[in-house]
Amino acid sequence: MKILLVDDSRTIRNVQKGVLGQLGYTDIEEACDGLDALTKVGSVNPDLMLVDWNMPNMDGLTFVKKYRAQGGKAPIMMVTTEAEKNRVIEAIKAGVNNYLIKPFSPDLLSQRIKETLEKTKAA
Amino acid sequence: MLDELSLPFVSSAENVFSTMLNLQVQVGQPAEVPVVRESAHDVSGIIAMSGDIEGTVALRFPADTAVRVASLFAGVEIDASTPDFADAVGELANMVVGGAKAKFKGKNISISCPSIIVGQNHLVVGSRDAVCVNIPCECECGSFAVDVLLNERSAQQFGLRPRIAA
Repeated sequence: MKILLVDDSRTIRNVQKGVLGQLGYTDIEEACDGLDALTKVGSVNPDLMLVDWNMPNMDGLTFVKKYRAQGGKAPIMMVTTEAEKNRVIEAIKAGVNNYLIKPFSPDLLSQRIKETLEKTKAA
Repeated sequence: MLDELSLPFVSSAENVFSTMLNLQVQVGQPAEVPVVRESAHDVSGIIAMSGDIEGTVALRFPADTAVRVASLFAGVEIDASTPDFADAVGELANMVVGGAKAKFKGKNISISCPSIIVGQNHLVVGSRDAVCVNIPCECECGSFAVDVLLNERSAQQFGLRPRIAA
């Protein structure tokens, strides 16, 4: 299982890596914004992506739209401070499979990751 | 009216510190403060807001508190001169402001990526027609503050008027 973390905050990526490590996922790649993710996603070929919304150069929503437009199928969980209902709907319409609002506890992150993988497996 | 503006930031700061850092925050009385003043703090994580509410929000810390908080967030000791320190402070500011903006019901607000200022006793200068509300906070790592600076139009929505400096 290969996971791509897309967030401009290294601290957040490290927190996410810690939780993923506890779940047994250690094959993790990182991108610092949407543009970086778009460059890497082809070669990484991830099984899951955790994507922030507000990032420099290219925001997470634009990345998701571009990735889906290119036919990218990997499940995407958006992990963001954008908590308004209309933002969640916008993200789901763009092709996001699950949504987690920051701040998050390790337990909640872990639960949402499992949920996302199960939902995608069932689909 | 001051509560209407400050409460979203208070509850968001409490939520961020408790969820990410396992720290309880004691919040003091929010108050309007001059827009031009010497900061009592050495580290500021600043986020700009645009849309229905326009201004900036700064999460301000004394240096030692910022180092403790950033280290706790990162899970390792962080030195204030490293990029990881600014990253941690910026992300905390991002979460506090992002959480608060969702609590202004019916308002469409966008937020910027964070900017970080590190400098002892740096001077904070807002525009003359702005309003600044200071929310003093205290946690186990030390004191900090959330400063909300709004332009005149946005301040009026909360019944606040600029105190024009002489």
